[in-house]
Amino acid sequence: MEGKVINQSNIRKADPVSMLKKNAMLIILILVFIFFTIMTNGRMFKPTSFASLINQNAYVYILGCGMLMCMLTGGNIDLSCGAFVCLLGAIGGMMMVIWGWSTGVSLVAMLLVGIIYGCGLGALIAYVRVPPWIATLAGYLAFRGLGTSILSVSITNSISFKDKPDFLNIFSGVLFKTPEGQLNVPCMIVGIVAALLVVLLIFKNRLTRLKKGYEVDTIGMDIVKSVLGAAVILLVMFKLAYAGGIPTVLLWVAAVVLFYAFITSKTTIGRHFYVVGGNIEAARLSGVNTKKIMFIAYLNMAILTAISAMTVVSRYTAANADAGKNFEMDAISACVVGGVSASGGAGSVLGMVIGATLIGVINLGMFQINLDANYQRVVKGFVLLAAVVFDILSKKKQR
Amino acid sequence: MAKILLEMRNITKTFPGVKALDNVNFKVEEGEIHALVGENGAGKSTLMNVLSGIYPYGTYEGDIVYDGNVCQFHNIKDSEKLGIVIIHQELALVPEMTIGENMYLGNERGHKLAIDWNTTYSEADKYLKMVGLSESSKVQVKNIGTGKQQLVEIAKALAKKARLLILDEPTSSLNEEDSRALLDLMLEFKKQGMTMIIISHKLNEVAYVADTITVVRDGATIETIDNHGTEQVSEERIIKGMVGREMTNRFPKREGVTIGDVQLEINNWTVHHPLYPERKVVDDVSMYVRKGEVVGIYGLMGAGRTELAMSIFGQSYGTNISGEMKIDGKPVKMKKSEADAIKHKIAYVTEDRKGNGLVLSQSIKVNTSLAHLDAISSHTVIDGDKEYAVAEEYRDKLKIKTPTVEQLVGNLSGGNQQKVLLAKWMFAEPDIMLLDEPTRGIDVGAKYEIYCIINDLAAAGKSVVMISSELPEVLGMSDRIYIMNEGKFVGEMKAEEATQESIMAVILQSGRGA
Repeated sequence: MEGKVINQSNIRKADPVSMLKKNAMLIILILVFIFFTIMTNGRMFKPTSFASLINQNAYVYILGCGMLMCMLTGGNIDLSCGAFVCLLGAIGGMMMVIWGWSTGVSLVAMLLVGIIYGCGLGALIAYVRVPPWIATLAGYLAFRGLGTSILSVSITNSISFKDKPDFLNIFSGVLFKTPEGQLNVPCMIVGIVAALLVVLLIFKNRLTRLKKGYEVDTIGMDIVKSVLGAAVILLVMFKLAYAGGIPTVLLWVAAVVLFYAFITSKTTIGRHFYVVGGNIEAARLSGVNTKKIMFIAYLNMAILTAISAMTVVSRYTAANADAGKNFEMDAISACVVGGVSASGGAGSVLGMVIGATLIGVINLGMFQINLDANYQRVVKGFVLLAAVVFDILSKKKQR
Repeated sequence: MAKILLEMRNITKTFPGVKALDNVNFKVEEGEIHALVGENGAGKSTLMNVLSGIYPYGTYEGDIVYDGNVCQFHNIKDSEKLGIVIIHQELALVPEMTIGENMYLGNERGHKLAIDWNTTYSEADKYLKMVGLSESSKVQVKNIGTGKQQLVEIAKALAKKARLLILDEPTSSLNEEDSRALLDLMLEFKKQGMTMIIISHKLNEVAYVADTITVVRDGATIETIDNHGTEQVSEERIIKGMVGREMTNRFPKREGVTIGDVQLEINNWTVHHPLYPERKVVDDVSMYVRKGEVVGIYGLMGAGRTELAMSIFGQSYGTNISGEMKIDGKPVKMKKSEADAIKHKIAYVTEDRKGNGLVLSQSIKVNTSLAHLDAISSHTVIDGDKEYAVAEEYRDKLKIKTPTVEQLVGNLSGGNQQKVLLAKWMFAEPDIMLLDEPTRGIDVGAKYEIYCIINDLAAAGKSVVMISSELPEVLGMSDRIYIMNEGKFVGEMKAEEATQESIMAVILQSGRGA
């Protein structure tokens, strides 16, 4: 056996066509970004654009992680998360502003409400076997009404968090704040450290794989990967350094995204999500508790919705009746554009992040070139459709 | 001699890696009932699928001559236009719809824009009468029994103006009485000039109803037996054609295996159907397996073998399971949980590897580790290196042919998929392995390799239960054989004492007794 390993070439051949296909969305994202940079005479490339990309889309990344887990189990979705954001915002406003609870207690309470809803929803879907889209449609219909009725304590139907700076700082503050246009040194240092970490990880992984005789990519591919990864991090942090510093919401997004990237790729429970979506019967007969997985998917979604609600309320410094509108669709779109299978069992957090960013860039770009808001919707619709068609066609050719 | 209505000439059909039909010639006379018999996987259904256009023209070689013309069917509609109608083994009725709606599904009465319900129901009633059903065609299908549903299928075929009716295992889900009624109906249709092809495992029925019997084996027509005479052809005669193959070297010798103590024992095991709890699928079965022993369970499809195995495996099938289970002599109360079964070191290797065995969209690696992820992870974090090493180890051990263990299982051949399925369960380190049709749908070479793996398992002291509907395989691989029919164990034989004929005889006898 050892002889075989030595004789075998362990370098995975670089196949340009499959490489292109695998990273198509990333390439499209870069092209779209360049396109809008040209169209806006460089406005897209300005530090403020980077800051608004992150601030505007933070909720998509967070909800996208939850939606990804739901979709992995077999293309199941959660329609209620947008309305639930509205309801949770209203509850948070009630507790923090009207009743004057402390920020910590209020946040824990909001999280608890999310957990309670998640348990109920998960139980309905996993054990009572209510089809997910119907079970969550109920929440979609009910929660905004409930939230609005709570908000009606204020005559403007909106509760302001202006006087809750500690809460606002947690979710929409800026770390190491400096005036705009000035290089923020700590921000840059964080960026450099993160970039180095990425490069280090790629090469450490390569070395261990080589040592154990496993297949590795060509050295060129790994260099491209590290350069690209480091470049993106450095670029974003560099721009943010000129936009005043690191927005705290970026830390939340990074924590959530990294956590779910780890769960989906490295843990047994993450694996179970994939196999349940790939073949639920095979999963069941292999000893996977398929009902538990379905339960966790929706409990998890509700918890992430709670976190998302906190960031959204904080960003707008108010709980509104309109908060969270169409969030469920944004999260689903991010997943679908990011290559998450609509029938389950395939997709990754990284894909979802690319999908969300692509949609975010298109949104911002269209806004910056002053495209009519109605046409913006048309474009978004077609982007979604094109992504799915592209996905289906590229899979067909593999067979 | 009567006119030849259908002739299939030199039909060859290959699936990736398997030659399902090899130069098959098949003739049906007008106005006769022609039976097609053979073991599972012999190629009967494939042949009928070629005939009815499910496998369209161009995907097979050879000619179909129907009513004197060479035909090229591109889909079922083409063949139905000429009056060739196939009734599949699984009933294809929509339970929520009425009988009439079902009968004209895809063939609706009326003009293009609107369905003429009056015509639909009055015509439907006419055909229902022809098959001897008194139900109104406005009754929902879910409200009539399976026997009557089968008759509805036939009425549906008649409504399509069938000239050549193909019935694939029409009685497999029927009881004795309904079966007999159906067969008599076929004889009645014959008098009226209809030509029919019947595929059946139930040889007594075949002998009763057929004029001509064609035996298919390993994708080839072996012989055609004439049954026109007043004396019915004997079932033994048909069996001989079905199973009479060379047995040399198809099965590797098992050497150096010592058979140890009883590992698994079940007594008075009864399992009820999950949807029709009054139906017993497994009826008062008692069996045991010793360490290092390969026990064969032989039975025809629908005998309850899969259901038995799955009910043992953490009650993954059935309701109201009663009976006693002992592992290593100790009574075991197993929860209704597959994970619990795995904990008790039982593995169930499914007969349906694509349907509920493998995750085709995932890699060999992921599938191999699936049933025993704990072994390659600590605190639920998967050790990717360990997982890779395990997959490589089993790829080597089972000779899975693939460039890399990252390959998607869906891209493998049937034989290699079966090996991945076995790898998954071997990695789960069971003591008791329930193998359900371990060689279904794979070619002879791969079969031999699977047999070698089974021998290795026995040599390693595992208790192996092998369910199979291939007689030679059961005889060649087992130490001991249980024979199952209609949910019951109807016989037990030592492999040395068993022959193909004696096993078939036990089954036939039990069928007659019922």
